[in-house]
Amino acid sequence: MKFVDEYRDAAGVERLVAAIGRLLTRPWVLMEVCGGQTHAIVRFGLDELLPPSLTLVHGPGCPVCVTPVELIDKAVALARLPEVIFCSFGDMLRVPGSKEDLLSVKAAGGDVRMVYSPLDAVALAQRYPERQVVFFAVGFETTAPANALAVLQAKRLGLKNFSLLVSHVRVPPAIVALLSSPDNCIQGFLTAGHVCTVMGYTEYEPLAERFRVPMVVTGFEPLDILQGILCCVRQLERGEARVENAYTRAVRREGNRPAQSLMQEVFRVVDRAWRGLGWIPESGLGLRNEYAAYDAERRFALTVQSRSESGECISGLVLQGRKKPVECPAFATRCTPEHPLGATMVSSEGACAAYYRYRRQAATATPRP
Amino acid sequence: MTSKDSMPSGPTCPVPISRYEHVLLAHGGGGRLMHRLLEEIFLPAFDNPTLRTRHDGATLVWSSERLAFTTDAYVVRPLFFPGGDIGTLAVNGTVNDLAMCGARPLAMAAAFILEEGLPMETLQRVVQSMRSAAAAVGVSFVTGDTKVVDRGRADGLYITTTGLGHIAEGIQISPTQIRTGDRILLNGDLGRHGVAIMAVREGLAFETTITSDCAPLVEPVFRLIEAGVQVRCLRDLTRGGLATALVELAETTGMDLLVDEAAVPVSEEVQGACEILGLDPLHVANEGRFLAVVAPEDADRAVALLQQHAPELNAAVIGQVRGPGQGQVTLRSRIGAPRILDMFSGEQLPRIC
Repeated sequence: MKFVDEYRDAAGVERLVAAIGRLLTRPWVLMEVCGGQTHAIVRFGLDELLPPSLTLVHGPGCPVCVTPVELIDKAVALARLPEVIFCSFGDMLRVPGSKEDLLSVKAAGGDVRMVYSPLDAVALAQRYPERQVVFFAVGFETTAPANALAVLQAKRLGLKNFSLLVSHVRVPPAIVALLSSPDNCIQGFLTAGHVCTVMGYTEYEPLAERFRVPMVVTGFEPLDILQGILCCVRQLERGEARVENAYTRAVRREGNRPAQSLMQEVFRVVDRAWRGLGWIPESGLGLRNEYAAYDAERRFALTVQSRSESGECISGLVLQGRKKPVECPAFATRCTPEHPLGATMVSSEGACAAYYRYRRQAATATPRP
Repeated sequence: MTSKDSMPSGPTCPVPISRYEHVLLAHGGGGRLMHRLLEEIFLPAFDNPTLRTRHDGATLVWSSERLAFTTDAYVVRPLFFPGGDIGTLAVNGTVNDLAMCGARPLAMAAAFILEEGLPMETLQRVVQSMRSAAAAVGVSFVTGDTKVVDRGRADGLYITTTGLGHIAEGIQISPTQIRTGDRILLNGDLGRHGVAIMAVREGLAFETTITSDCAPLVEPVFRLIEAGVQVRCLRDLTRGGLATALVELAETTGMDLLVDEAAVPVSEEVQGACEILGLDPLHVANEGRFLAVVAPEDADRAVALLQQHAPELNAAVIGQVRGPGQGQVTLRSRIGAPRILDMFSGEQLPRIC
């Protein structure tokens, strides 16, 4: 398939792996920020091909994984309301809240629907004027423009029955939080190509300089990822620390300006809690006051009592790159995609789920549950 | 067709659509309306001497030979999709289960659960599809049942079909026959049914020319058997796709299997849809595809036979049986690194067939 096969070419992979090997003179630790990259690395077995002195740790870039339990509980509470049609991307449906997930609400009679686009939710609001349609607006900067567009579309149509439960997060503040941690071991970043497609990479330039860490804008196919690693290793070996674009076919320095203005029209920067990481200042997006009418948290008076997470789950450490999924005693035994203890096992982009799906044999000798 | 009344036989063809525009609860009530449903829709479609006896069940002549027996329920939504409908699915799905046992279908039964308000025209179309699909593989519906449930209690129409098949002497097709070194082959490219259904499903509609691969597998299977290919085991790839079928085989036999991702045929259109939707074609449903485990020396010949039968499907050898082990399936990824192949966790697509 054009635009896919050429980036999954075995000979190209071999060439890049060899080139990375030739550059290496000492061990380095790189973090790929995005869950999509983690998934591709594990699915294609890229880390198995790389020299052992190069460590890839998996970052917090899975929006499903970092959505706080409290918001899942709010989603569950909304979905239980008889007047509500609750719309979400598929992965969010299985994320456990304090007591249950959205799929259980659906089974118990709640009107929960999986959609592939927020505009589908707007269409539902048009079709069912007597119902309240709530869309679970989850994601990084990548999905924010489409969600902003949905709000603007609802406004244009004069819909009074459409709202968003917003859980948007921003990448740069999370990188600052990781790099500011005294335990930080990350020496280079592969930043998320999709986020940069929207936002460009000027935001990362002061960070690379401030923390003296190379940041390489990286894509999602095997050759993209290896190219990103190659650029990052080259900078590290030369003692450089700058932002470099290894995903030029999608990303421009200034990003997608029309998409950014859509976001800025509808959303403003807010402080937000991340599952596993805690509160990070200015790390989220919320609806601007002008669009407060589309905020499900304001439209419905919600009070939820959230329980803290299973003490056994180490997803916070996994999201910070401080532990690998296989270092968790519950991995593949008490915690599986069917019975997840934490969000990193639920989402297909979560590091634990990726390891469970593709690496169980290599990872653990424990028999399958 | 459980009625014991001696209704006049000799239905006419083509079948007139019943006067009622919709299925009524009364169509399931066992009275006159129900008999009209039988006479006007089901009996003409599936007419044959055994069915014409209108007995509670079918009486079949049976000797000491081996029979294959299978049943399956069909609840697909939407009822009609590009490349087929619930009727073709209900026939081919069950016929294919028989074929996977190395059995030629002898007779079938069907049970219909109809929702009050179902347009009679819809039922008529589905039944005609079943008739054509059954005729294509030379099998008859010899018994059946119909129930009607309240509006809102079913999704229009559910069908359960049961199939009985005959296994000729000498045919031994079962996971227990699998040997180290055997080759695994596919009769065609993956994922068409699942993608076709997704493309027309509410909330997910996208434009594609992909049609379901829904098809009977009796002929390709018997081409292999009759040509003397040593067929050890067969599996049709329905819900859960190739990955699920392979994992099931590995787990039941304790054999380790190795599959080469680059050798697995997937059309560009299906690949493209899967890339966009975030699905793996190895997990997507099929309704006209099977994997065959054959003796290594017969693998190339088997692929040639399948390609002769349907050149456009791109039958291929995709892997081999490594030998007794942990019962795991390893996929050699496109770029050469190994990984585990597992079943999909939870629902990838609810109610796809």
